Amino acid sequence: MRRTVPVVLLTVAVLATAACTQTKSGSAEGGQSSGPVKIGLVTKTDTNPYFVKLRESAKAHAEKSGAELIAVAGKFDGDNEGQVAAIENLVQQGVKGILITPSNSTGILGALKQAKEKGVLVIALDTETDPKDAVDATYATNNTTAGELEGKYIKATLGSTPPRLLMMDGTPGGTVDEQRHRGFLQGMGLKDGDPAIIGAAPTNGDQNKAQAAMENLLQRDATVNAVYTLNEPAARGAVAALTAKGLAGKVAVGSIDGGCQGVADVKAGKYLATVMQFPKKMAEQGVDAVVTFAKDGKKPTGFQDTGAQLITDKPLPGLESKDTTWGSQNCWG
Amino acid sequence: MSAVDERSFRNRSAEAFLHNPALGPLAALILAMVVFSATTSTFLTVDNLSLVVQQSLVVATLALGQTLIVLTGGIDLANAAVMVLGTMVLARLVTEGSSSAVALVAGFVVCAMLGAISGGLVTMLNLPPFIVTLGMLTVVLAVGRLYSEGNSYPVTDNLLGVLGEGGYLFGQIKVTHGMTLAVVMFAITWYALTRTAWGRHVYALGNDPEAARLTGIHVGRTRFSVYLVAGVIYAFAAWQALGRIPNADPNAFQTGNLDSITAVVIGGTSLFGGRGSVMGTVVGALIVAVLRSGLTQAGIDSLYQDVATGVLVIAAVAFDQVVRRRSR
Amino acid sequence: MTPALTIPALQARGLVKRYGRVTAIDGADFDLYAGEVLAVVGDNGAGKSSLIKALSGALIPDEGTILLEGSETHFHSPLDARHAGIETVHQTLALAPAMDIATNLFLGREVRRTGPLGSVFRLLDRSAMREQAQRQLDALGIETVQHIGQLIETLSGGQRQAVAVARAAMFGSKMVIMDEPTAALGVKESRQVLDLIRRIRDRGLPVVLISHDMPQVFEIADRIHVHRLGRRTAVVRPADASMSQVVSLMTGALRPGDPDAPPNLVDT
Repeated sequence: MRRTVPVVLLTVAVLATAACTQTKSGSAEGGQSSGPVKIGLVTKTDTNPYFVKLRESAKAHAEKSGAELIAVAGKFDGDNEGQVAAIENLVQQGVKGILITPSNSTGILGALKQAKEKGVLVIALDTETDPKDAVDATYATNNTTAGELEGKYIKATLGSTPPRLLMMDGTPGGTVDEQRHRGFLQGMGLKDGDPAIIGAAPTNGDQNKAQAAMENLLQRDATVNAVYTLNEPAARGAVAALTAKGLAGKVAVGSIDGGCQGVADVKAGKYLATVMQFPKKMAEQGVDAVVTFAKDGKKPTGFQDTGAQLITDKPLPGLESKDTTWGSQNCWG
Repeated sequence: MSAVDERSFRNRSAEAFLHNPALGPLAALILAMVVFSATTSTFLTVDNLSLVVQQSLVVATLALGQTLIVLTGGIDLANAAVMVLGTMVLARLVTEGSSSAVALVAGFVVCAMLGAISGGLVTMLNLPPFIVTLGMLTVVLAVGRLYSEGNSYPVTDNLLGVLGEGGYLFGQIKVTHGMTLAVVMFAITWYALTRTAWGRHVYALGNDPEAARLTGIHVGRTRFSVYLVAGVIYAFAAWQALGRIPNADPNAFQTGNLDSITAVVIGGTSLFGGRGSVMGTVVGALIVAVLRSGLTQAGIDSLYQDVATGVLVIAAVAFDQVVRRRSR
Repeated sequence: MTPALTIPALQARGLVKRYGRVTAIDGADFDLYAGEVLAVVGDNGAGKSSLIKALSGALIPDEGTILLEGSETHFHSPLDARHAGIETVHQTLALAPAMDIATNLFLGREVRRTGPLGSVFRLLDRSAMREQAQRQLDALGIETVQHIGQLIETLSGGQRQAVAVARAAMFGSKMVIMDEPTAALGVKESRQVLDLIRRIRDRGLPVVLISHDMPQVFEIADRIHVHRLGRRTAVVRPADASMSQVVSLMTGALRPGDPDAPPNLVDT
C-alpha cells in the first residue's frame, strides 16, 4: 500500500503544486490585495495556429497591461460542452471579462448570458454570436468584406474573360463560411445559382478534403478558370489538385486568412492573393477593453472591424493591396 | 514491523483495493478537492461544486453505459455518436412539430436499436467489440450529419430541456433534475450489477467468458443485454446533454467516447474486463470535472489540463496493474 | 459389494461418435457405481475426453444409449447433464478470478430472496449463499482458505482446485466428473485434492477421475476403466493389477484375456 496508493495521490499532488505556484506568481505581479485583472480567453481549439496566435498575442498584451490571462479551449471545433464548462469555470474564478471565439453560436448563449448577469464583460473575437447582442461587443474581421476583396481581385484578374468558377466552401451552415461565400460572389458580381459557378464543395477548411473535393470536381468539368477558397489550407488542397491536372498557373485562385504559410504560398506563386485578418488586433483590443472595463466600468459595444488586407505580389489597378514582404511581417501562425 | 508482517499487511491492503477498486480514485478525488480548496478561494463554494457536478453529468452518463460494456471485456467507441444522434432525433422531431413525449420515445428507440445492433454483431457474429463499435462510430456519425442536413437544432421545448432545470436544496445548493436522474440511474445500475444474478454474470463474462459458459451462464444473451442497456443509457445521456446545452449539434461530443473511457479507467475499472464498479465511474467522471474546474480556477491553461488528465489515466492503469500483481 | 448386483449410477452402452471419417467414440461402454471412484485412463487420443463429453452432455453421440440410474436419458447440452445431477470439474476449473469464493460456488445458479424482493426486484440472497458455501467448505474439510469472501485470484492452485471441486460436490447429486484435477499441482496440494475426492466418495457421491498419474490412480481408484482406440478395453481393480500391466493395456501391448493380463471385470 505504501507504494501503490501514492501512484495516484502523488500525481494529483504534483498537479496541485503546479496550481499553487501559478496562483502565487499571479498575485505577486498584481501587488494588490485584489490581485491583477483576470481575463479569460476561450478559443475553439488549442491547436489551430490562428487561435494560437490569438492566445499568444492576448497573453503578451495582458502581461504588458498588468493583467492575468487564463486561456482555455474546446477540444475540437464544435465542442460546445467544453466551451460552456470553460465559461462557467472562468466566471467562478472571478474574471473581469471573457474573450471568446464561440464554437457554435447558439450552443453557448446560456452560459454567456449567465456570465453577463454576473457582471462579466463578454467579448466575441473572430466569430459573431447569433443573436449578436448575446455578447457586449464583437471584435472580428468583417468576413463579408474579406470575401468581397477576394472576389474583386479574382474578377479583376479575369478581366473580360467570362468566369468559370469552382468554390471551395467551409462547413455547411457555418456563419463565417456563409459570409465569405456571399462576399466573394458580391465581389465577383455573381449570384448563387449563376451558371458561371460550375461547382462547389464543402471542405471544412481542411487541406485533404479540399484536395479530394477539387479532384472530383475537375473530373466532372476541367474548364475552370477561377477558384474561390474559404481559407488557405483549402487553397493549398485545391492548388495541389489543379497542379496534378496540369492547370497550375492557368487558374486564378484566391484565398482568405493571412497565415504566414499562406503569405509564403502567395509569394511562391501558388495562388494569386490572400486576404489577411488580424487576430493580434482582436486579442489586443479585447484585452484593452477588459482592462478599461475593470478600471472605470466602461463597456464597448457593437461590431468592431479589425480589418482585412489584400496581400498579393501582382497588384491590380483600383485595388489597394500590400506585397508579400509586408505580409510576412504582419502574418500570423 | 517484521518482513513477514509487512508483506501480509501489503497483501491485505492490495486485497482491500481488489474488493473496492473505487477506493484509490476516491482518495485521489478527495485529495484533489482538498488541494484546490486550499489553493484557490473560488473552488470550494456551493455554486462551484454544483457546477462541477453539472459539468460531469453527460460524460458520467456516457461512462455508465461504457462501464457495463468494459466490465464484459468490451469497449464502446460509438457511445457519444449514438448519443449525439439521439439529441438530433429529439431536437429535430420537436422542431418539426412532434410532441416532446413522442420525440423522447423515438430518441430512446433509436439509441436502444443502435445498442442492439452493436450487441448483435458482437454476440452473433462474434466480432471484436473494438471493431464493431469503430464501424458503428463512423456510420452513426455520418447518419447524424445526414439527418441534421448541416444544421444544428436549438431546443426550446420544456420537457427536452427539463434536466438542466432544478431547484435549490436548503435554499443554496443548486440541484438540477439531471443530477437527480443521474443519481437514480447510477443507483439502479449499481443494484443490478451487485445485487442481481445478471450483474454477477456480467462480471463473470468479463473475467473469463469460457468459464462463464461452463458454469451455465447464457453468455451471448448476457452480453447482448449489456449493449442493449447501454444503448438505453446513451438515450438518457442525450436527454442530459440537451438539458445542459439546449442545442443539438451533429459536430458536438467528438471526443465523448474517449472522455467516457477516461472516466471509466480513472474510476478503477479494468479495460481487460471483469473488475470495476459504477461507483468508481462516478468518481472518475467527477475527478475529470474537478481537475478541469480546479485547474481553471488556479489559472492553468487548458493544454496543461489535458496533460493532467492524461497523466491520471496512465496512473490509474498502472495502479490497477500493481494491485493485481501484488495480490498474486 | 458385487457391482453386478446393483444398478449403476450411470451406464452407457455402444456409444458412437464420428467426425467425418474420424471415429472418436467407437462403440464404447461405461459403468459407474454408487460410492466408487472410477479412474478413466488411456493414451492420448484414445477418446477419453470424447467419452466424458458424451456423458456430461457436451457432445451428443450418434449412436448408443446412456442410462442414468437405470433409465434412458438424452443430454442435449451440458446444462441438461447438470440438471440431471452430473457435475464436471474442468481442467480449466471455470472459475472467475476476480470474484470471491461464495460467488463462484453459486455462479450461474444464484439464489434469490423469497417473496417479491426476489421475484420482482431479482434481489440475491447473499447471506444464504455465503452460509451455504461456508457449510459446504466445512463439510468437505477445506480449511486452507481463510474466508468465503476471498477472491479466487488470491488463492493458490490447490485452493482453487478445492473450490471447483466443492462446487461440483455441492450441486452434483448423482456424480462428479474430474478432468485431470492434480495436473497443475504440487505434491502437497495434490494430496489435499485426493483427500477431498475421498471425502466426496465417502459421502456417497461417485467420482469419475480422468488422470495420467498412475500412482495416484492406483492410490485412490476403486476400479480403473482402461480406454483404447475409442472404446473400453478393460476394467480392472488396482489390487489385482500392476501399474505396468495397466499401461500395457492402454498401449495394446497386453490384451484382456492374455494369460498374464489382470482379471477383467467386464466383457469386452
